Amino acid sequence: MQKRALVKTLGLTLGAVLMTACASNSDVAEGDELKPLDAAQENAAEVETKGVEAQAVAGEQVDAAANEAQAALMDVSVFYFDFDNTTIKADSKNSLIAHSQYLAANSSARVVLEGHADERGTVEYNLALGERRALSVSRFLQANGAAASQIESVSFGEERPALMGHNDDSWSQNRRVEIKYQSR
Amino acid sequence: MNSAVVKLVIQVVLLSIFAMQARAELVIEITKGKQSAIPMAVVPFKWKGLKALPENVAQIVANDLGRSGYFNSLPKTEMLSLPNTEEEVFYRDWELLKQDYLVIGEIKEDRRDGYIINFKLIDVNTRTALMNQKLTGGASALRDIAHFMSDRIFAALTGLPGAFSTKLVYVTTNRERTKFNLSYADADGAREQNIFSSKQPIISPAWSSDGKKIAYASFENGRSEIFIQEIASGKREKIASFKGSNSAPAFSPDDKQMAMVLSRNGNPDVYVMDLASRQLNRITKHYGIDTEPQWMPDGQSLIFTSSRIGKPQIYEVSIADKKPKRITFEGDYNARARITPDGRKMVMVHRNNGRFHIATQNMKTGVLQILTSETELDESPSVAPNGSMVVYAASVGDRSILAAVSLDGEVKFRLPSKYGDVREPAWSPLLK
Repeated sequence: MQKRALVKTLGLTLGAVLMTACASNSDVAEGDELKPLDAAQENAAEVETKGVEAQAVAGEQVDAAANEAQAALMDVSVFYFDFDNTTIKADSKNSLIAHSQYLAANSSARVVLEGHADERGTVEYNLALGERRALSVSRFLQANGAAASQIESVSFGEERPALMGHNDDSWSQNRRVEIKYQSR
Repeated sequence: MNSAVVKLVIQVVLLSIFAMQARAELVIEITKGKQSAIPMAVVPFKWKGLKALPENVAQIVANDLGRSGYFNSLPKTEMLSLPNTEEEVFYRDWELLKQDYLVIGEIKEDRRDGYIINFKLIDVNTRTALMNQKLTGGASALRDIAHFMSDRIFAALTGLPGAFSTKLVYVTTNRERTKFNLSYADADGAREQNIFSSKQPIISPAWSSDGKKIAYASFENGRSEIFIQEIASGKREKIASFKGSNSAPAFSPDDKQMAMVLSRNGNPDVYVMDLASRQLNRITKHYGIDTEPQWMPDGQSLIFTSSRIGKPQIYEVSIADKKPKRITFEGDYNARARITPDGRKMVMVHRNNGRFHIATQNMKTGVLQILTSETELDESPSVAPNGSMVVYAASVGDRSILAAVSLDGEVKFRLPSKYGDVREPAWSPLLK
């Protein structure tokens, strides 16, 4: 019942949007009719052209806005993990989805996922941990549209810390996966 | 000899000792000695040559024996007399100093540009010579002769083979982690040389059982791959570069196989490679982490670290049936286990109250003992081939250093580096 109600509401809303669109189209036509006749044809053509342009621009603006949002999300390319843990954190997900969508839309784009661990624990276990973190991110990207062929994983374990300190602050920054684009 | 000449000789000796120390990258600091250590004195050896000796043999022997934890070497400054022959020994001196054993001797120049060392090991209580030996060596071999002498004395008094003529390999890096060296040195840190250098990380060096080769994982091609390097020739061979990580190499006791960790199927698992055919035998198959394989002395099974219950624990698996059996139960982080040569104890990284330390576990009883406490973030334990000590990497202050602890936790020493960080030590087998 609730579902049907929702569909109905959506239908109505969609109708309203369409009507608004029609109305705005006729608004433009009306405005043009007010112009002097001699220039009307040319203007009409111009307006039409402009209309198309305006639409294109509007479309681009929408795209640009989406792109900007995606770019902002994709600016985040380092994802952090808890100690001895390979689970992707909730606050990483939106950015990872943005990366996934970008990869899905750009089939020639390639990324390397670099997995890292903090210095605590053993060298080889941390190498494996970095690997599993990269694997978690790889799976997430693939679940959200990226192709396996676009992704390569490599672990550096505890060998390449982002920060050199021996404290919680440094450690939390060092437990990470970095997404590095090889081609866009 | 007039006093001016003697003074000059002493100065030259001092200068060469200083020069030697400046060359050595690692400098040993003994931090804890054994309560029950046997008191003994290594008396400076007689030397009549005109040129100063390049090494202080008696001092090297005294340091070796003192560092083993089994002995307390009497400092030269506390000796009441300096005998070089049995006739010169005044036993009351050594009884007064409560010394159980005495090492005396002399060094002579060999005709063929080498040295002859005659030394005696004397039991102060029975006033008898337990050992009377003559050692010879080339001009550059004094340090080797000294370590060999330590091995002999140690074996005679403890019944265990000495491990003073053994070597260490380890990884040194600068603070910025832009330069990595695989270094090779005497077990006391002397005579260090780099046998491989890279701008990319080097990890997990491991000795072949015959002591002639080192396997390690190098990131020189952008990810970890396994190489085997011949020590004498420096010749390298890439052994494993499958997709993903290739790491944690471990030569089998007969050097015919190598256990390793490959993530070619997405997840790190333990494999055994036949080195002649390069055939792979997959040993573990689990979605968790399986890593750090190590051979049991009989070559029939491996111990390894696995996160299959969520936290790293040590498991044992036989090559034949491939059914892992958990063997550590204390604490929520046990990793990188190494077996003592007699197979009776396991040494590993153990987390206790959030701190990482080196612990041993009795393979039969399962009783666990934590060996270290003064250092932090202890990792990479490697057992001496006579099972007396464990060398490991630790964090002290802002640096990563090598430290060592005896299997009973009673003796501790450090080998801090003068430059950068030192990590991933691997103690050689007994070398022929």
